[in-house]
Amino acid sequence: MEITARSLWTLIHGMGFGALYLLAFSGALVELYRFTTSPAPSEPTPGQERFLKVYLIAMVVLAWAAVLTGAYVIYPWYRAAPPPGTVDLSQFPQRLLMSNSTTIGWHSLGMEWKEHVAWFAPISITMVAYVFIRYGRDLRNHRQLRAAVLYFAVASFLAAGVAGFFGAMINKYAPVQGGHTIQLSEGAER
Amino acid sequence: MNMQSRIAMPNPPAVANGAGAAAVLSAGIGCFALAVLALAADKSAPIKRLLLFYKPTGVLSGVTTTAILIWFLTWGILEWRWGKKTVALGRINIVSLALLGLGFLLTFPFIVDRF
Repeated sequence: MEITARSLWTLIHGMGFGALYLLAFSGALVELYRFTTSPAPSEPTPGQERFLKVYLIAMVVLAWAAVLTGAYVIYPWYRAAPPPGTVDLSQFPQRLLMSNSTTIGWHSLGMEWKEHVAWFAPISITMVAYVFIRYGRDLRNHRQLRAAVLYFAVASFLAAGVAGFFGAMINKYAPVQGGHTIQLSEGAER
Repeated sequence: MNMQSRIAMPNPPAVANGAGAAAVLSAGIGCFALAVLALAADKSAPIKRLLLFYKPTGVLSGVTTTAILIWFLTWGILEWRWGKKTVALGRINIVSLALLGLGFLLTFPFIVDRF
């Protein structure tokens, strides 16, 4: 069993940072809502508040790691221009998608949207985390601020969702390949 | 105990909302700036050249770096101006969400192609 270095980086970017961020979102939204609206008798403990702060910081790190690896590690491989006369475009995903009318949309709509909208996720979740860390349970007393935090958290999820969906589909039709091969395990004899 | 009394009654806020408002509005401005820069780079060759910070990533490097700088700069200025104040957050929320929504729309390729 083996994997190429570029495939591994794509996996780290998409499944590691991106998917983990999307998975973490529902928990964050529920906890943010609960923390900022819960009635006094079931008030969260300082330990729970600390946990949510760490949870949100982890989401911020995941979101930034996803966009930075996407833009500066994988995107250059995706958009690399093939030398003149290249017939096999499998190492040039963007050109491979653009070479066929049935796949061009994955680039012209998918990647063109994803490469920009994805950045809304870290910007929004950084704001959400900052506001929660700064205000904590006092956010309950700022109804409008709480609403803004929840809207931006949802926007962050939508942006990450768009990026994740198109990233997965693009990698299905034109995977980023190449680089040195990493041997994960020796194949068993049949 | 009726439902009304079970819902948390807000106390007077312990911290002024200015710092939160600064973070919210600057996030909206950052997202909008990113979308506008992406649109400008798509439509203007000189802006595209100007935003080519890192060749392997292309113009995306300049668009995102500049947008992040605008976001942080705006955040810093607003925090400095509003940090310890209580501001009218209703209007700030509307403007921030409008900027965020416009940002989403302006990154959508079918809309970008209409300019």
